[in-house]
Amino acid sequence: MPAESGSISRDEVAHLARLSRLAVTDQELDTFAGQLDVILGAVARVGEVAADDIPPTSHAVPLENVFRPDELRPGLTQEQALSGAPAAEDGRFRVPRILGEEA
Amino acid sequence: MSVIHLTASELAAKIQSGEVSAVEVARAHLDRIAEVDGEVHAFLHVGTEAALASAALVDEQVEAGSAPASPLAGVPLALKDVFTTTDMPTTCGSKILDGWRPPYDATVTSRLRAAGITILGKTNMDEFAMGSSTEHSAYGPTRNPWDLSRIPGGSGGGSAAALAAFEAPLAIGTDTGGSIRQPAAVTGTVGVKPTYGGVSRYGLVACASSLDQGGPCARTVLDAALLHEVIGGYDPLDSTSIDQPVPSVVEAARLGAQGDLSGLRVGVVRELGGEGYQSGVRASFDAALQRLEKLGAEIVEVSCPHFEYGMAAYYLILPSEVSSNLARFDAMRYGLRVSRGASAEEVMAATREAGFGPEVKRRIILGTYALSSGYYDAYYGQAQKVRTLISRDFAAAFAKADVLVSPTAPTTAFRIGEKVDDPLAMYLNDLATIPTNLAGVAGMSVPSGLAEEDGLPVGLQIMAPALGEAVMYRVGAAFEASRLADEGALTAPEVTR
Repeated sequence: MPAESGSISRDEVAHLARLSRLAVTDQELDTFAGQLDVILGAVARVGEVAADDIPPTSHAVPLENVFRPDELRPGLTQEQALSGAPAAEDGRFRVPRILGEEA
Repeated sequence: MSVIHLTASELAAKIQSGEVSAVEVARAHLDRIAEVDGEVHAFLHVGTEAALASAALVDEQVEAGSAPASPLAGVPLALKDVFTTTDMPTTCGSKILDGWRPPYDATVTSRLRAAGITILGKTNMDEFAMGSSTEHSAYGPTRNPWDLSRIPGGSGGGSAAALAAFEAPLAIGTDTGGSIRQPAAVTGTVGVKPTYGGVSRYGLVACASSLDQGGPCARTVLDAALLHEVIGGYDPLDSTSIDQPVPSVVEAARLGAQGDLSGLRVGVVRELGGEGYQSGVRASFDAALQRLEKLGAEIVEVSCPHFEYGMAAYYLILPSEVSSNLARFDAMRYGLRVSRGASAEEVMAATREAGFGPEVKRRIILGTYALSSGYYDAYYGQAQKVRTLISRDFAAAFAKADVLVSPTAPTTAFRIGEKVDDPLAMYLNDLATIPTNLAGVAGMSVPSGLAEEDGLPVGLQIMAPALGEAVMYRVGAAFEASRLADEGALTAPEVTR
């Protein structure tokens, strides 16, 4: 288990930032790598707890599926839904191209 | 004593009797904001016209002799900028939502409006509620009215500072790991984190969904209770909302103010206190225990052995949820778009880089790491098991005590800049408040006095089982009444330029 300090490298942080869609700068990478290393060293303490037979909790309030009646109710109008869009056209969100990125 | 120094319940009574108009009350607070907020910076946006219009409506109802919309009709309130509002921007303290006007109101916002409460504006916060000082706001820090060189706590520092500076008698905060209670403690105000699911999260911009909880902030326990009953209760628009009546917290606060706690068992959590807590904080807590005992409560010691792993579990669970929740800020549907690069992916990365501050980025990266294959079991999975153990610790402790108590925060307000570059030191501020969020139980902070060494406010944390808010408010109100009778109100010094 990667508990000790030095467990996260600058390259790993760069990879995680890419996965998170964050175009971090070189300077940020240096800072974050050091800080995340310290934080990970602290949070890795959870590994000290013997909990093999303990069920995980994802949510403090136990809930089954929550349903509502299948009834029509007012929602946002097209205009409202697009009101905060950085760009809109013909009643739709206008976005940069999402296909052919290798081209 | 001027209007701004009155409590919410006093103001509501004067408005209903016609002694003062809701518009006059709103104006007095707007004037106060204009006077001091340049120094305090509690507000990110002040909605003068909407506030006056809302107050005028209450005055019409009073003149017409109709029943008030709620026991707080006409009372002004400061709303944390993480709840959506159609008539004001909602930024969450982030550049990525700079100037964003949501197309719908949060349920909390709607309930405040329906109650005739005057919403003065939106308060400053750490970006997306991540922080303990408001220094992580993209719009600059809020300053603590007790000492303008110090932090007002966070993430809800704006709401707490607005109360302490008499800019508003009521405020709303959100508490994911202490963001209502810790600011209350360091500003000498009252803050309540209700049971998870007790107040709707619809329209509350998510930080960590399994932990986030909105709640009332005020200068007195009774005022917090009155506000709690306005915003609390089942909401079909939030699937995690609890479908049960709101606990009778106003009645409980009134009962508590009579000052008798005999028959109640107050549990002192052995793991929350002692080493790592400032001496004045410890002294104030010890005095609080003596006071509770004097009021008739039986003090018992309880042990919650897994609390010491609470912070570690929290800083795995929270970033994991954050990394998922904040994926919605993709530059496509609302918020900032930085058009650098040709593809959607490049635009997304450039926008998130420009729009998020360092703490948010750190937590997104940390969460992405904790959830990645190969690390998931050791980090996120293990943290979830510790969460179970912490809930079991609470259950065992609540079998021995009706409420649990601890200092709310390990220190009084620290200086702006002191911890901002040391994330781990910042995280330690929430040591005592985090367990309640992990277990979904209720907690509140009530002023317990001033620390001897620096003269700054200290808070007493009171915790109760899920939906056990009534007993928590009763103890809080009894403690408050007794402390007020002996020591008087904790009033921040006048803000000077």
